[in-house]
Amino acid sequence: MKPPPFQYAAPTSVAEAVELLGAHADDDARALAGGQSLVPLMNFRLAQPSYLIDLRRIEELTRIRTEGDTLVIGAMVRQSHAEHAPEVALLAPLLAEALGYVAHPPIRNSGTVGGSIAHADPAAELPAVAVALEAELVVVGPQGTRTIPAAEFFLGPFSTAIEAGEILTEVRVPRREGGHAFVEFARTHGNFALVGVASVIEMDGDTVARASIAMSGVAPAPVRAIAAERALTGTAPDDASIRAAVDATVAQLSPSGDVHGSTETRTDIARSYLRRGIELALTRAQDRR
Amino acid sequence: MVKHDVTLTVNGRTSTVSVEARKLLVDVLREDLGLTGTHIGCEHGVCGTCTVLRDGESIRSCTTFAVQVDGAEIRTVEGLAKGAQLHPLQDEFWDKQGLQCGYCTPGMLMRACEIIEQNPDVTHDQVREGIASNLCRCTGYQFITEAVCAAAARMKADSAAPMGAQA
Repeated sequence: MKPPPFQYAAPTSVAEAVELLGAHADDDARALAGGQSLVPLMNFRLAQPSYLIDLRRIEELTRIRTEGDTLVIGAMVRQSHAEHAPEVALLAPLLAEALGYVAHPPIRNSGTVGGSIAHADPAAELPAVAVALEAELVVVGPQGTRTIPAAEFFLGPFSTAIEAGEILTEVRVPRREGGHAFVEFARTHGNFALVGVASVIEMDGDTVARASIAMSGVAPAPVRAIAAERALTGTAPDDASIRAAVDATVAQLSPSGDVHGSTETRTDIARSYLRRGIELALTRAQDRR
Repeated sequence: MVKHDVTLTVNGRTSTVSVEARKLLVDVLREDLGLTGTHIGCEHGVCGTCTVLRDGESIRSCTTFAVQVDGAEIRTVEGLAKGAQLHPLQDEFWDKQGLQCGYCTPGMLMRACEIIEQNPDVTHDQVREGIASNLCRCTGYQFITEAVCAAAARMKADSAAPMGAQA
């Protein structure tokens, strides 16, 4: 199918975009980033915004920069750009690794980092990475700028703390020491994942100094594997303690089943992939010492 | 509904079309510019037959509004051959039977074109992985992979040959 008609503007500044969004709030105005989720939804007529504000001409949103040890990614940075950017490899290798799992290269050539985060698909990679890395999401609206911690940003399926009239402008990712790992299970590579696991583990000698682990696909929004993080921190993990840490987290999960996988299947996959993610992050953390 | 002027340079030729914002790039290529080589498949970015190159990078023209690529350089399957001389990829697809029904072929060729341009030394496994973005329901991908590898080798040999050595 084809999308129903809509009005369109491509402003060149965030201020102008926010103004347009406010002026057309009654028309169900939406911001358009890369369009790799929104345009398919519009083709199916599942989304029918009557006003689209294309952010592509806003130069400042297309840049990656660093502020000390913080990586600052403009919301309109294309996923393939971030995937291969040296700053991302250096400061947030977890993000670079996860980007390789986002759909396929032709989608990543158009899809944006901010678009995926604002879309907040529960199966998507980038929201889980944002939660694991304790990223901050910067939104601009008529009342000014707000910075929202990732932990408070994802509210449910396709639902975020972005208020009506606001636009996501930046993703701020603090540098994390240690070993990282992004692993996921998808029926076929590039399809929506059933379960994804984003981990960063920092070692102090043989013991885990800090572990941050977030999972996608197992709940309405990305969840921190807090039980596993607590079980691992301060210990020198071995096979048995890793399994115990994984079980502690998986016991708290109850992923909803669908045609792609029942609750039981998804729980089993979550158990396997959480363990694999932790093991890979630990191995890499030990290699870095 | 208001129309927007969109200027595209498609296969080296610049045109300006006046289209509704909702018009997809694939429909502008096919209907406004008469370039029907690019196919429409799933219309939600899964199958890849509508793949074209935007400023050298592959994109789905069915999940891209034409207004989003105003000012861009687009390459489509029609831009591959030089007159009657097929592009090495097209030649090898023919030779190795990299197609049966041909529906996926325009997208496959453009994705393969990007893969080879990004990495002239691309391996068999990298081609397999790379074309995973595009669906083919006839060939089982074996012949396509062989064709892309053969084209890559030929293009590398051609570019290494001294000027004038080529037939």
